[in-house]
Amino acid sequence: MFILGISAYYHDSAACIVYNDEIIAAAHEERFSRKKQDAGFPHNAVKYCLNEAGLNISDITAVVYYEKPFLKFERLLESYYHFAPFGLVSFIKSIPVWIREKLFIKDELYSQLKKIGPFDKKNLKLYFSEHHLSHAASAYYPSGFGSAAILTLDGMGEWASASIAHGKEGNIKIIKELHYPNSLGLLYSAFTYFLGFVVNSGEYKLMGLAPYGIDKSSQTEEYKKIIRNKIVNIRPDGSIKLEMKYFDFATGLKMIKTKKWEKLFGIQKRLPSDPILQEHCNLALAIQQITEEIVMNMATEAKNLTGEKNLCLAGGVALNCVANSVILKSNLFKKIFIQPAAGDAGGAVGAALAFAYMNQKIQFSVSGNDRMKGAFLGPEFSNNDILKTLRKYNADYTFFDNNNELFEYTAGQIAAGKVIGWFRGRMEYGPRALGNRSIIADARNSEMQKKLNLKIKFREGFRPFAPSVLSEDSKEYFDIDVSSPYMLYTAPVSNSIRNKLPENYNELELMTKLYTQRSEIPAITHCDFSARLQTVHQETNPDYHSLIAKFKELTGTGIIVNTSFNVRGEPIVCNPDDAFRCFMRTEMDILIMQNYVLLKENQHFDPKHFKEQFKPD
Amino acid sequence: MEFIKDIWNFLKERKKYWLIPIIIVLLLVGILIIFGGSSSVAPFVYTLF
Repeated sequence: MFILGISAYYHDSAACIVYNDEIIAAAHEERFSRKKQDAGFPHNAVKYCLNEAGLNISDITAVVYYEKPFLKFERLLESYYHFAPFGLVSFIKSIPVWIREKLFIKDELYSQLKKIGPFDKKNLKLYFSEHHLSHAASAYYPSGFGSAAILTLDGMGEWASASIAHGKEGNIKIIKELHYPNSLGLLYSAFTYFLGFVVNSGEYKLMGLAPYGIDKSSQTEEYKKIIRNKIVNIRPDGSIKLEMKYFDFATGLKMIKTKKWEKLFGIQKRLPSDPILQEHCNLALAIQQITEEIVMNMATEAKNLTGEKNLCLAGGVALNCVANSVILKSNLFKKIFIQPAAGDAGGAVGAALAFAYMNQKIQFSVSGNDRMKGAFLGPEFSNNDILKTLRKYNADYTFFDNNNELFEYTAGQIAAGKVIGWFRGRMEYGPRALGNRSIIADARNSEMQKKLNLKIKFREGFRPFAPSVLSEDSKEYFDIDVSSPYMLYTAPVSNSIRNKLPENYNELELMTKLYTQRSEIPAITHCDFSARLQTVHQETNPDYHSLIAKFKELTGTGIIVNTSFNVRGEPIVCNPDDAFRCFMRTEMDILIMQNYVLLKENQHFDPKHFKEQFKPD
Repeated sequence: MEFIKDIWNFLKERKKYWLIPIIIVLLLVGILIIFGGSSSVAPFVYTLF
């Protein structure tokens, strides 16, 4: 039984194919269309998934869409009715879109699927899962747990913005939900907006900015007090209530009532071009700490309601690795699994799996192991495919026919301070590059963070980089007891490799603080000594593991910098063509695609030829 | 027809019958907006308002 899961028409469209309980393929549409967070129907992703499974659209048993549009429409109508006469402008803008596209979703989906290939409508059934059930299923079924508490948190589904569910013997039962307009995701997005970042994509920047805030400073504490007393009512059972007079998303076209926020916090809304000041960092820290408190309350409630030892997490808020680490450190649960594609894209996998287990009643077995295959569920390109691209561009290259020699060469180049585009194996599913579409470099190099941010990624200088560390060596560098294969936890850098900070560190300006050498691996040590680490495992990514092992043989350090292979505003590269173009428009030194090695200095192109404009996110 | 059947089943299951008039009005307005865009129907639309 082949099931096609689809997530589309909001943001971050994706598709996946599941064969019984096995995820065969999954991919984000943005990687193919090259439009960041593409919301359209995922034609390319569906085509890829079918191709990977060797199927035509007519071979599919069922198509499952990740949410219920009628239920969402019901929420829309009821909330406009509730807030009327406010919200008329927003109503007039959104209703025609619903009537034209989203309300007739069944016809829309069938007509889009027809563009992919012919099928008989009678044989291709279309089903709709609930948004938070899709999230819950995306975490529970691949977790390998027999039973678990499931916590899903995001901006908004149909009515729910968060849910606690119980996964047991292959069934998921939703126990408790937090409903619109109360939403932790929207609360975090509101601060993302106020601090000058883009809603729905800048949330991780806010998380990266928070550690520059001064913990327990009077300003941070004051901000927390304001948030707690005026903006959100935090209840011990994990629920929250937003004070709607400060928010605009229910009736207007913006997230917040800006004037009221400016008065409340005594600072102006930051514009994207404005400099980042200490007060912005302190506010980011305040909302991050409040978020952690709410997430922890919800996790405690999930534990109380289910009594389970295991926890599964999904939904966009589950990408907040700092909050995830708070749950981890609390030891509330014995084991935690977080869906690597925790955002809406992951809903495609969840919808398909929920249908397979809960509707088709396929056999549920407890594997005890993560079934996400390391999140390497996307397309792969052979040396032959790559050669075609290199010929197209008349590029200069060297071919290594021995993998061992290739890894040895690459490790040597990393140690020599080169920045390398590393393109190998199947593309990752989820927002993180995990070593198959990555830019890699030496974590020991004191200049590397600056170089990567400003010359390679063209992004904000304050943003941290993540390390890839051999799983067996992770405890040597970080204070962490579990594996983190999907970069969904942060951990403190071990005391033994930390440098002593200047006494006035907290008073330093943001950029001076940033360039203070905090440890022996400065490129990945954030200003609060944390790192969002990825543990690399021989079983899920043997080539990447071998590369880092070679680097360790050479330098004694089993850790490198890993950042996604793209520039600011660009989706992560998918195919050799994307990789080559991205390589040419940045100051990356070397591009390695499977066994082909390209040195920038040997290419004979005008880099202007490759200057593509991506709208900064 | 399938759409009407689906939405009726939905409203029945959710017991949200009070949404029916709103949905009918919205669909009628929606149809007018869509068809109002084409020149042959536009004059009839204008006379309605």
